[in-house]
Amino acid sequence: MDKNLFEYLLRLGDDSLILGHRLSEWCGHGPILEEDIALTNIALDLIGQTNSILEYAGKVEGAGRNADSLAFLRFDKDYKNCLLVEQPNGDFGVTILRQFFFDAYRVPLFTMLQNSSDEQLAAIAEKSLKETRYHLKHSSEWVIRLGDGTDESHARIQSALDDLWRYTDELFFSDETDADLKARNIIPDAAAVKTEWQKTVQAVLTEATLSVPTNNWKFEGGRKGLHSEHLGYILAELQFMQRAYPNMEW
Amino acid sequence: MVTEQEIWKYLTEVPDPEIPVLSVVDLGVVRKVDLSEDEIKVTITPTYSGCPAMKRMEDDIVEKLNEKGFGKVSVELVLSPAWTTDWITEEARIKLREYGIAPPENEPDKSVLFANPIVVPCPKCGSNNTRMVSQFGSTACKAHYQCNDCLEPFDYFKCLR
Ligand SMILES: [Zn+2]
Repeated sequence: MDKNLFEYLLRLGDDSLILGHRLSEWCGHGPILEEDIALTNIALDLIGQTNSILEYAGKVEGAGRNADSLAFLRFDKDYKNCLLVEQPNGDFGVTILRQFFFDAYRVPLFTMLQNSSDEQLAAIAEKSLKETRYHLKHSSEWVIRLGDGTDESHARIQSALDDLWRYTDELFFSDETDADLKARNIIPDAAAVKTEWQKTVQAVLTEATLSVPTNNWKFEGGRKGLHSEHLGYILAELQFMQRAYPNMEW
Repeated sequence: MVTEQEIWKYLTEVPDPEIPVLSVVDLGVVRKVDLSEDEIKVTITPTYSGCPAMKRMEDDIVEKLNEKGFGKVSVELVLSPAWTTDWITEEARIKLREYGIAPPENEPDKSVLFANPIVVPCPKCGSNNTRMVSQFGSTACKAHYQCNDCLEPFDYFKCLR
């Protein structure tokens, strides 16, 4: 088995899975009907991407696991998503800003992964990129509208920014797993992705009249399976059916 | 011996479960038909990664070809080259409009973040005076619009490239 590729696919797939689950929590609670539909549509795209990525991870691992068993039957330390995506939804401003940081990272990442020497990963990236561009357009328009909106909306999204900023550095986490895959031209350089992310974030935050916090607290751990307390609660809900009724199907 | 062309013709009888005026062929979802001695292999590609209709299309294709007398049918899902609305046939665009869904317009690249919104003509009255209500509509592939002249709310099959 290609251990590093498997590990990387879990990181990629778990980001989609956990954020998709978080967004699905908005179903029926959106601030307006159109946003309720938008957030759940994005959730659906993310869960679809999860399916492709984890199904492939199962093949790479070669131990008989598929997308479902990887999504529903692992323990918290085996999930490799970044901490950003597991943060609670908060108000609409928090959800939108979390989404914006994530989309601004995923667009350049998928763009570069299209050139991966791994054919299946390149195909998944090509497919996902088209959807992610829509997500980025949606989230960045909202960040601008809320930031450059009323005093109330500005204050709320600025407070979301002060809170979430500390989780953004982990998006560009890179260890020996990445170094090996990078050397084999399977994944791009995290620094190159970060450069593109910074350009988008700066352009949108400027337009939105928002400012980046000056303190430099950074959190990481998710890529190594060390999560915030929130993941446990997500997994409890996500896995309940499969744990209570093993192998149940719709 | 059945020809590939005949299989393609049968596939035009398989409707998209969400937009039944279109067939899976109209939509550009069927990419390839392979005939071997005892098996028909149909290759399809998803519209959107999470499109819940894909499984249904797979089953419907198998069912249709079984019904036509072909016992062994397999459907393979491929991701690349990724589906684009450019593959929706000209005939299908007309059918969409008649059904009340505005077909995809020639949209600018999504990577241009602050591009001007595109004009989507109303499928009911043809007016260009319409507005986007939401980028995300009743299904992953559609956006929600409204006509400012006849007031009709309508779906727009958004451009994906
Ligand atoms: Zn009209």
